[in-house]
Amino acid sequence: MSNLTLRESIKTGLIEALESDTKVFLMGEDIGDYNGAYAVTAGLLKKFGPKRIIDTPISESVILGTGIGAAAAGLRPIVEIMTINFLLLAFDQLINHAAKLRYMSNGQIEVPLVLRTVTGGGAQLGATHSQSFEGWLAAVPGLKVVCPSTPKDALGLFRTSMKQKDPVVFAEHALLYGVKEEVPDEFFEIPFGKANIKRSGDSITIISYSGMVRTCMAASEIISKDFNVECEVIDLRTLRPLDFETIIKSVKKTGRAVVVEETWKTGGFGANISESIQLEAFDYLDGPIIRIASEDVPAPYNRKLELGTIPSEEKIVAAIKQNFSI
Amino acid sequence: MDQSKTIKLYQDMLLLRRFEEETGRLYMEGDIRGFCHLYIGEEAIAVGSISCLSEKDYIITHYRDHGHALARGINPKNIMSELMGKSDGTSAGKGGSMHIFDVSKRFMGGHAIVGGQLPIACGLGFASKYQEENSIVLCFLGDGAVNEGEFHESMNLASLWKLPILFCLENNLYGMGTHVNKTRSSGKDIYKIADSYKIPSMQIDGMDVLEVQKATQQSIEKIRSGEGPVFLEAMCYRFRGHSMADPSSYRKSQEVVEWQKNDPIIKLEKFLSNQKIIDQQKILKIKESVDSEIFDCIEFAKNSPDPKIESLLENVYQNE
Ligand SMILES: Cc1ncc(C[n+]2csc(CCOP(=O)(O)OP(=O)(O)O)c2C)c(N)n1
Ligand SMILES: [Mg+2]
Repeated sequence: MSNLTLRESIKTGLIEALESDTKVFLMGEDIGDYNGAYAVTAGLLKKFGPKRIIDTPISESVILGTGIGAAAAGLRPIVEIMTINFLLLAFDQLINHAAKLRYMSNGQIEVPLVLRTVTGGGAQLGATHSQSFEGWLAAVPGLKVVCPSTPKDALGLFRTSMKQKDPVVFAEHALLYGVKEEVPDEFFEIPFGKANIKRSGDSITIISYSGMVRTCMAASEIISKDFNVECEVIDLRTLRPLDFETIIKSVKKTGRAVVVEETWKTGGFGANISESIQLEAFDYLDGPIIRIASEDVPAPYNRKLELGTIPSEEKIVAAIKQNFSI
Repeated sequence: MDQSKTIKLYQDMLLLRRFEEETGRLYMEGDIRGFCHLYIGEEAIAVGSISCLSEKDYIITHYRDHGHALARGINPKNIMSELMGKSDGTSAGKGGSMHIFDVSKRFMGGHAIVGGQLPIACGLGFASKYQEENSIVLCFLGDGAVNEGEFHESMNLASLWKLPILFCLENNLYGMGTHVNKTRSSGKDIYKIADSYKIPSMQIDGMDVLEVQKATQQSIEKIRSGEGPVFLEAMCYRFRGHSMADPSSYRKSQEVVEWQKNDPIIKLEKFLSNQKIIDQQKILKIKESVDSEIFDCIEFAKNSPDPKIESLLENVYQNE
């Protein structure tokens, strides 16, 4: 076991990938000389040289497009887009191209590309730098979407990402980089489409992903302590493919479902989950499915306002109390 | 130059022309649907430039792609089947006219988002360089694509990283119905843009297949020697509308007539007979054989079954 931060565990995955296959290379803005905007790639340029660790101009479309073309031609690119906000400038390449090439070519072209990016708010970066689009991306057939919430998951999921023959969006939450966890030294992988039951309980199922998983865990502790009610917390780990089975099994057991995410409530990925729950487990539900998400506002800068929009453990506890009369 | 190779250029251009004429007819008859962009008038560019490629070279292009696909030697039967959405199509009916792919021929698509193929071209060139393959990428684009951000990002990167790409701009003076004079701040001589990216560039007569071929050969030599990309602006004109849905209200029919006097196929035909490389009889024979090839391919495509409904969900992801 090694006690690693999420930053370190992802870096471990990158080094492994680079060492195991010369077709693997990293490309992105400021990943080399600058060591990465979030320091994930620190030292890699020195270790692997400029052929494998490639600083690019600030040109998100052509960065991603180059990754797509290189993948189509047989390489294994790992592309870093500095944050998911900037990925908007490359949506054409991601959605119109990466996600479609296999289908439009009837399987002739494969795009085995891992797109690493940084998601989430909470660092007072204001409206343009605090967004979470992984849920949107999970709506696109042809993409796979990974959003780890712990260092161990990040490494296991990264290893699985590198085995995919399809484009993978690997969304790392900015506030999790410093989070530590014991990570096994022996090799392990975490499959896609396999949610993690972080905490088992028999009364309420809380479903979440990425940065919000920690918040849900904290809320569950409060609920356990204050009300003697046990929540089951499910970390989806990948949004596409989605482990619907685990969700349904849990909801059938608890009869109550809460879906928590950091993005805006309107159009949030949680809406898909709650739609499916009511369809598959309607007769088991003891109350409405609760969705907790950010307010439908651009993320504000001011700390108090920012805390007002992102779901907090207090908000989760309050919503559960109100709706499930515990 | 080898005379048989020149005759082949003629034959190929004729194939493209007749294929597209029949495609237009089949569209009117309802056998082909969707957006469908004919290449009639621009044949010299695809045929001249693609004739210079080797098997390991890549082609990537826009939605006006039938001509490029045919010139690459993709079986017209499979292209026609794709236009009709049939199971024998290049993508078994999943791509359509704008999305022709044949990876066995390193034909990397048909891309229908204006400018979208350019970043991918950079990736193909990058891979060639990374793996020291020495294959080049022939990337076609239209004058309209030049105004997209993706174009400028790609030009910068291709030049900065010395990627082995030949950008072949088909300047047919219009993006849909809007003339380049209305869309370009620096006027219609687009090749000059390449200067600012330190990419060598040239404007050529895109209605002259021999000129296109010569310019392409020179460019490819440069690119293969590792000097980075080259930019060719081939001046041309499409004789038909932008797509089969074009109202053609934006240009005068006299303008079309003037350009038709410059028909690349007639031009080469004249050259061939003036040089006594072929006679009328041989020309007739070529026309007949092209016609029969086209009719065979239409017959083939019409008889090709629709894809099975089960195929709908296939190839979204790798088989799991
Ligand atoms: C990003 C994008 N914007 C608009 C369109 C609609 N559109 C399709 S073709 C076209 C004109 C493109 O002109 P040009 O690049 O000159 O190519 P040409 O059709 O003349 O060969 C437009 C506007 C599109 N497909 N993609
Ligand atoms: Mg044009």
